[in-house]
Amino acid sequence: MRQATDKPKGPLIYRQSIWTRVTHWVWVICLFFLLLTGLQIFNAHPALYIGQQSGFEFDNSILKIGAVNTPEGPRGRTTIFGNTYDTTGVLGMSGPAERPVYTAFPGEVTIPSYRDLGTGRVVHFFFGWVFVATMLIWFVASFINGHIRRDIVPRPGDIAGVPRDVADHARFRFKHGRTYGPLQKLSYFGVFFILFPLIVATGLTMSPGMNSIAPWMLDLFGGRQTARTIHFVVMLLLVSFFIVHVLMVVAAGPINELRSMITGWYRASPGTPVTEKDKP
Amino acid sequence: MSGLITRRNFLRTSAVAGSGLILSGCNQFDFLADKSGPARQIMESANVLTYKAQRALIGEQTLAREYAASEIRQGMKPNGSVEPSTPEYIFLKMQNFASYKLTIKGMVEREVSFSLDQLRNMPAQSQITRHDCVEGWSCIAKWTGTQLGPLLDMAGVKPTARYAVYHCYDNIQRTLSGDILYYTSSDLIDAYHPQSILSYGLNDQVLPVSNGAPIRLRIERALGYKQPKYLHTIELVDDLSSFGKGRGGYWEDTGYDWYGGI
Repeated sequence: MRQATDKPKGPLIYRQSIWTRVTHWVWVICLFFLLLTGLQIFNAHPALYIGQQSGFEFDNSILKIGAVNTPEGPRGRTTIFGNTYDTTGVLGMSGPAERPVYTAFPGEVTIPSYRDLGTGRVVHFFFGWVFVATMLIWFVASFINGHIRRDIVPRPGDIAGVPRDVADHARFRFKHGRTYGPLQKLSYFGVFFILFPLIVATGLTMSPGMNSIAPWMLDLFGGRQTARTIHFVVMLLLVSFFIVHVLMVVAAGPINELRSMITGWYRASPGTPVTEKDKP
Repeated sequence: MSGLITRRNFLRTSAVAGSGLILSGCNQFDFLADKSGPARQIMESANVLTYKAQRALIGEQTLAREYAASEIRQGMKPNGSVEPSTPEYIFLKMQNFASYKLTIKGMVEREVSFSLDQLRNMPAQSQITRHDCVEGWSCIAKWTGTQLGPLLDMAGVKPTARYAVYHCYDNIQRTLSGDILYYTSSDLIDAYHPQSILSYGLNDQVLPVSNGAPIRLRIERALGYKQPKYLHTIELVDDLSSFGKGRGGYWEDTGYDWYGGI
């Protein structure tokens, strides 16, 4: 805060409610475990298909990760849309040269670090329940306290403001206002209203029990194996969101951003109109 | 100027954050595999929640989806045991299962046994369903057999019975202390489900050995490890703790959830 003494300071505003903050950190924990156990589950059958079933005597796969024997020894191979890449060391085959491990995703990114589908499933479903419960709490609380209306759902003005916001982000110029900017709104809207519901729904579509009560979900997603593929793709999109999210926090001032998500108080940009509830 | 410094700090901090992420995986969470550990116990309570939620939500008679014949695009993928090597099974197979008997025992009014011919002469039903392996793959096939429910009624299930335990011929695992035989179990809702059939036919052929000959039970609203192959005895019980490691099945003993509906 040394340099802050020379610069004009904006007001300290109460920006994040307790509901936003608690659900945020619970999600952090949930998504961490869901991702790492999800990769463990994927490793049990490292292939993705389009349709109801998995083609063993025909080919409806879009992704396959595995290891093959070559004259130079075993190699990790990844096939995406029919194109095969050598992914030795990362996908299909990893670990030290004298003790290679032939799993699709390496043990560094799975829970447990070795093959254990049973444990992966137990942990995945536990955090799946916590994730969904947190989502419901967030939706109700954020609807009531106005977070969704104020910060999440983009308005026409936000859409118009996108090009300028993109230019500002490219220059690392961030505006710390009372509400979210156009790109923030669009990305959070995408996460909360598209990706989160989609990953839960595709997950449920993989359950044979759920298929009996809601067979329309199989039709909606184009089959159980397509649902599994979408589940995986949404995971990739959420990981991409996470990376950008963390980079933006770092770029926009990690102390201020983290403080707002822990205490709720956020230092707004100079020139932000001051209200009675603000602190200097 | 300030932009440059911000960018440099940004890159440095990102590098630190990135390396932290890479280190975060590894094996710190392997303790969750310890089935007697308190953390695992808490997490397994979610399995009970899933079971109760699905039982509350889904009707006892709600059917699994059945597919059109055109959806059978390949043979049924064999998995798990494909060629049991226990002497009892090899003997049965040699005489084409002529002396095979399916026995229903335990908490029943009368123990009953059925030969393969008797089972084949009971009302038959065929269903084209999707088999979902716990590993993640699916395969559509046509299964033909007779409903388990009426057979249970012939034996007269006692009101105190809560589970059906399915005992199989296959030695799914061989250890130094002997073979481990496959078994699994279900509640009586799954046992009496209208699509729960003792199947002896697969894709209009006699059920082959690799898929569980002579009899494989289908529990169509559950994963593949709930479809026991090489079935010989169904035991009605009120408690699963005396079988195997007490978790209700071979795979369940290794840590899979007992319900298997998700």
